[in-house]
Amino acid sequence: MPADPSILISEACERHGSSPEALLQVLREIQEVQHCISAEAAQQVAAALGQPLGRVLGVAGFYAFLSTTPAGRYRVLFSDNITDRMLGNMDLLAALCEKLWVERGRVSEDGLVSVDTTSCTGLCDQGPAILVNGWAIPNVTGDRLGLIAELILAKVPVENWPPELMAVQDNIRRRDILLNHGLAPGDALRSAMGRDCEPGSPVEAAANERSWREGIPSGALCAPMATLEEIKRSNLRGRGGAGFTTGLKWEACRNATGPDRYVVCNADEGEPGTFKDRVLLSRHADLVFEGMTVAAHAIGARKGFLYLRGEYRFLLAPLNAVLARRRSENLLGLSILGQAGFDFDIEIHLGAGAYVCGEESALIESLEGKRGIPRNRPPYPVTHGYLQRPTVVNNVETFCAAALIAKHGGDWYRGIGTEKSAGTKLLSVSGDCARPGIYEYPFGTPVCQILADCGAENTQAVQISGPSGVCIAADEFDRRIAFEDLPTAGAFTVFDHSRDMFEVARNYTHFFAHESCGFCTPCRVGTAMLRNTMDKIASGHGTPCDLREIERLDKVLQMSAHCGLGHTACNPTLDTVKRFRPAYERRLKSLEFEPAFDLDGALARARQMTGRDDAGAHLSTEVSE
Amino acid sequence: MTDTFLLDGEAVPFAPGQTVVQAALAAGRYIPHLCYHPEFRPHGSCKVCTVKANGRNATGCTLPAQAGLEVESETEELRALRKTLVQMLFAEGNHFCPSCEQSGNCVLQALGYDLGVMTAGFRHFFPDRPVDASHPDILLDANRCILCELCMRASREVDGKDVFAFSGRGIDKRLIVNAPSGRLADTNAALGDKAMDVCPVGAIIRKRVGFAVPIGERRYDKSPISEQALADAPRPSEHNGGGA
Repeated sequence: MPADPSILISEACERHGSSPEALLQVLREIQEVQHCISAEAAQQVAAALGQPLGRVLGVAGFYAFLSTTPAGRYRVLFSDNITDRMLGNMDLLAALCEKLWVERGRVSEDGLVSVDTTSCTGLCDQGPAILVNGWAIPNVTGDRLGLIAELILAKVPVENWPPELMAVQDNIRRRDILLNHGLAPGDALRSAMGRDCEPGSPVEAAANERSWREGIPSGALCAPMATLEEIKRSNLRGRGGAGFTTGLKWEACRNATGPDRYVVCNADEGEPGTFKDRVLLSRHADLVFEGMTVAAHAIGARKGFLYLRGEYRFLLAPLNAVLARRRSENLLGLSILGQAGFDFDIEIHLGAGAYVCGEESALIESLEGKRGIPRNRPPYPVTHGYLQRPTVVNNVETFCAAALIAKHGGDWYRGIGTEKSAGTKLLSVSGDCARPGIYEYPFGTPVCQILADCGAENTQAVQISGPSGVCIAADEFDRRIAFEDLPTAGAFTVFDHSRDMFEVARNYTHFFAHESCGFCTPCRVGTAMLRNTMDKIASGHGTPCDLREIERLDKVLQMSAHCGLGHTACNPTLDTVKRFRPAYERRLKSLEFEPAFDLDGALARARQMTGRDDAGAHLSTEVSE
Repeated sequence: MTDTFLLDGEAVPFAPGQTVVQAALAAGRYIPHLCYHPEFRPHGSCKVCTVKANGRNATGCTLPAQAGLEVESETEELRALRKTLVQMLFAEGNHFCPSCEQSGNCVLQALGYDLGVMTAGFRHFFPDRPVDASHPDILLDANRCILCELCMRASREVDGKDVFAFSGRGIDKRLIVNAPSGRLADTNAALGDKAMDVCPVGAIIRKRVGFAVPIGERRYDKSPISEQALADAPRPSEHNGGGA
């Protein structure tokens, strides 16, 4: 650990270019070493990057993994997705708190350790999972927690913990064209660069009309346009969930005016239940980077970013090693594969715990070192993205697919899947099934087949595409994974009949309230109201009136929320009310109105202070179960 | 020939670069709004100016006016939405109009009257928000802050000071000031700053002038906000916006 914090900070600022865009990266590094963004550190960073202190503190206060008060030298965060809950994370959390003599959410008296929860860490196939100082530990059991507690109490640095604690499995269960791609690094890129267009074709005409990057030496003008044409022909749609046509996005960016263009890979995989990008990045990083380079070639970009969610901090070093190797192989850098003027490189930016940064314009704000607030649109990122320059933002899986298309052509790709959903989809399967993990299917595969393949029995419901998606019941299991029917970013969470679907929905409302950026009124206030209402119902104080309030909140959020987070926040509740109404009704009081105020609960502090907890110290609260 | 778009069925002319709210105000048509202020770049966070444009909901203050656009504003559905949004703001903070010295001059309160808000309609959050009275001339009462960002925009764009910023997120989002101590007195804020002038509610208060104009004779006591917003709006012939 560096002796002088101010040297650490100035080095971090310099390493990241001392520009305002460096702010989040610098703060993240300070947090990692000092477990806190102290007032002094914030002031030094503000001065070094020429930013107002308020802005530095504002960024530090936005991201969950940054803190302006000391967080404990060991910060243990339990992943709190519903799948972690189902695997008993809350009991494990309580047990660890007891072992370490610390209260949840507080730092221990000696400043050694803090224990709390965090949003889904993307390890649902091997939960319950925790992060310790940002390092992921899957498969937490009582025994493993015992070891972790010993390591913490012995003050062993996390870097020196037994590697088997940190071993993350890929759990690939079904492969198709993507996971079986068989490409060597550079294969797709060579195909893209060598692709020619038919003499006299509109593609050639367009290519000659406007070079793929202003000022490129003559020759090789056709290839980028021809590759773009293949991407368009493939009908590839974005794999992040929204499903925008990739070819149109690239073309709009290519045609946008402006001096610089950027390629951004969205690896901020925060949707609870999704972990396919984690596996692609750990197993097929070359294919991801190759797809980004193909995009750069097609649109004429010189610079790319991989925006990696903070929870995947453990992938940073291996990914940087892949980038370094690709530079040494001339697959990145100047004059890629010997073509003068084809310069492109990729930098990795780490997030710091903010789901909303998965929204592409919020991600760009975060890349620029700001609070991750979704922008007003129009203008769109393809014309006004990173630093207001034309920018393509695509999902990890989309870039992999683009690399395959660059190699094998658009016709080959659109021959797989369904009419409106070309190709394959990676699913992150977790929950109540024998074989959780990654499954790759052609689009059009029915839910029941996936359930059979993963060994799900007695299934009550499947949450498709995480809480932002849709929850379906058994009578809908013949529906298919495709943009025509059940679009998905990749989460496939299985619930059997032992699960309480009300608690599933309640977990998701806590998630949305925690992850709302707070920019717009409806989402900032509405997600918190939704969470509170679900808690009110959970505590036995709910009435039909509360269900109507949820419908009212949904209407407001649908009509006026600034981004998709707010639009979808009520979906899990409304889906489960519709399909699993008894799970709600058995909790409701048969009254028209019931206050949330808990008279007996209000006496809790008095009981604590007086040390009394006998029956006489309680008011009777009869709750019919 | 100027282009026009339709607002509730009537043609509204617009100049290039104008948004729907700007063009509507200039044409003497009021679309309720809260975080929008004619002197500052719109950012569309309060969502009170939500309209339906060609069938899709959008914030009127950020939506670029376009020829042929069909905008609905005065519909039952949108009025209900605006009312709910104002109720949400009342429930989020600690707003106690009778004791607030901004009463009668407050945009949130005036909108509440205009939109028929009779009750909060939601359970209150009762957040714990400290009052910063450290500055000799200015009081910062975060209890009444509606996070509209007008003070931030004014401080940055007009005063060149960056006195204010936001920290936290979600329901924990809060106004902070640009000082290591976190106190307004330790910033370079001054009474004459534009930022001290634009707060639509009672979050930024000038000390010792609170009741110079008695309640009952104040701005929105005289006529509803819908009329006054039009009076404030920059007209084609002039470029001075009005402040509160």
